[in-house]
Amino acid sequence: MSPVIEVRDLRKTYGNGDTAVHALRGLDLIVQKGEYIAIMGASGSGKSTLLNILGCLDIATSGQYLLDGIDTGEFDEEQLSLLRNRKIGFVFQSFNLVPRTTALANVELPLVYAGVRRAQRRERALAALELVGLQDRTHHRPNELSGGQQQRVAIARALVTSPAIVLADEPTGNLDTESSREVLGILDRLNASGRTVVLITHEDEVASHAMRTVRVVDGKVAGVLV
Amino acid sequence: MRIFEIAAFAVRGLTANKMRSGLTTLGILIGVASVILLIAVGNGASSAVQQSIAGLGTNILTISPQRAQPGSTAKPLTTADAAALVSQDSPDVKYASPVVSAQATAGYGDTTHDIGQFIGSDPRYFDTTNSSVAQGNLFSDNDVQQARKVVVIGATVATELFPGTDPVGKSMLVNNIPFTVVGVLAAKGSSGLQDADDMAVAPLSTTQNALTGYGSLTQIVVQAQSADALPNAQAQVTTILNGRHKITDTADYRILSQDQLLTARTATTETFTVLLASVAAISLLVGGIGITNIMLVTVTERIREIGIRKAVGAPRSSILGQFLIEATLLSLFGGALGVAAGMIGSQFTIAGIQPVLVPSSVLLAFAVSALIGLFFGSYPASRAAKLRPIEALRHE
Ligand SMILES: Nc1ncnc2c1ncn2[C@@H]1O[C@H](COP(=O)(O)OP(=O)(O)O)[C@@H](O)[C@H]1O
Ligand SMILES: [Mg+2]
Repeated sequence: MSPVIEVRDLRKTYGNGDTAVHALRGLDLIVQKGEYIAIMGASGSGKSTLLNILGCLDIATSGQYLLDGIDTGEFDEEQLSLLRNRKIGFVFQSFNLVPRTTALANVELPLVYAGVRRAQRRERALAALELVGLQDRTHHRPNELSGGQQQRVAIARALVTSPAIVLADEPTGNLDTESSREVLGILDRLNASGRTVVLITHEDEVASHAMRTVRVVDGKVAGVLV
Repeated sequence: MRIFEIAAFAVRGLTANKMRSGLTTLGILIGVASVILLIAVGNGASSAVQQSIAGLGTNILTISPQRAQPGSTAKPLTTADAAALVSQDSPDVKYASPVVSAQATAGYGDTTHDIGQFIGSDPRYFDTTNSSVAQGNLFSDNDVQQARKVVVIGATVATELFPGTDPVGKSMLVNNIPFTVVGVLAAKGSSGLQDADDMAVAPLSTTQNALTGYGSLTQIVVQAQSADALPNAQAQVTTILNGRHKITDTADYRILSQDQLLTARTATTETFTVLLASVAAISLLVGGIGITNIMLVTVTERIREIGIRKAVGAPRSSILGQFLIEATLLSLFGGALGVAAGMIGSQFTIAGIQPVLVPSSVLLAFAVSALIGLFFGSYPASRAAKLRPIEALRHE
């Protein structure tokens, strides 16, 4: 069986000439289906850059990225948006919910772009919100929710399309301990139900939830602790 | 994904932030309304000036006799000359009124007033000089035939001699001859030093009888069919008069056409056209900048939202569609309100000018504002939709 994520010699350079920043310098990574991986590393080592490329939010300068066995390098913008919609669930440190829009509408958003019909959309969004324990907050807007609740809405939005991978960039970075615990608990349960999870963190405590930790140093994988 | 869903996003986008939508609508409203109003005011000023010029009579020829030189054979201008000017040979002449004028002192009760111009003519004279009656009536052809002592007085004479009373029906002394006032002319205002309202008009026969005698006419006032027909009318009048006076070389009369006025009218019209065009251009520019500004602010604010939508898999086309529909709705709504505001506003007198709506300006203002709104509402969005999701999300 092919891995969910297969990355070969991935490079990413921001800018050019004298001011060029080499954020990724030939990174290799393989993630198997159903794995739970924590990515750690010093600030500025290229973790977010890597995750953004894995989430098809950004494009590598060179190298190969196979998602579910498909080479993303040959995809055009339209196909990439389809990929983001169907295969990837992304959780940001800063939540990134659509402002002034209810939790339910936020969770429904990927389903609208997937062309799911209204009734089914509602049903699936409500189920996702229930999974993150927010069934009684469906009609609240982001500014009426705590940080932890907003992040749980964001996770519900990430998982509602049943993506192949859930990617989370420091999902607990802006949360207090209690909210962090809830969010990590949800990710644990997601993984336990078979979903592949890749998350970035600074904290060993958070990383301890994962099956394995990948250390990124200067845009390369330094070593793998199993 | 269906167009219906995209439209729903657009409507939700507009209703989710009522403040922003309201401000954008207001921006477009002000843009459209100011263009319509400014042009209406400019047009109002223009037609006011043109009207007052038209009031001076641009389709008029004045024929006056040449002062008789000793030993010359100059013939006087006669009533018969005037009558001959309206014939089959002069299709461009509408009327020709014989005119005599005199200095006269008028009195009523204890009051006396030196009338600037006492004119004897026929009822066509009023039409030729664009005079209309404010009170009472004009005199008739019958009054002229019967040489009745009736008089129509100008507004100045009326206020000088009959303060606080209705002059119509009163008997007024003109050089000690009693005349019955039958009407008062509407005020024309003064042009330059001359008070156009300090005058009185009586039947030609009566005036010649009582005041001037039966010598030469002071003038024959010819009204052409239109201002454009004036040169033709002048040629026809010249031919007829030359025939009647047996002129071979130098004429014994002078024809004054209102050439200067015509030139003035053309120049004024041109000036106002240029002025109107610049007003339209400037107000469109100002309105356009306002709309552009609010649209750019709005879209910039929403580039993050575009990033979020792209991150969850929105194709570029659906984002474009959403912002295009939003911009269309705002532009049409704001534009319609602006048209309404402009039309209502132009009902009021502004700075002493009664605005006159220019229908094409309504269309122009609406179309240009809608297009600007559409463009600046959707162009930055289309740029943002081309960004990679992470670039849009990082947008400050
Ligand atoms: N958009 C960008 N433009 C220029 N440099 C960037 C950009 N994003 C990240 N970088 C640089 O790339 C390097 C890696 O950044 P990042 O992947 O965010 O690190 P991490 O998430 O591990 O802290 C850093 O040196 C950072 O300054
Ligand atoms: Mg980071």
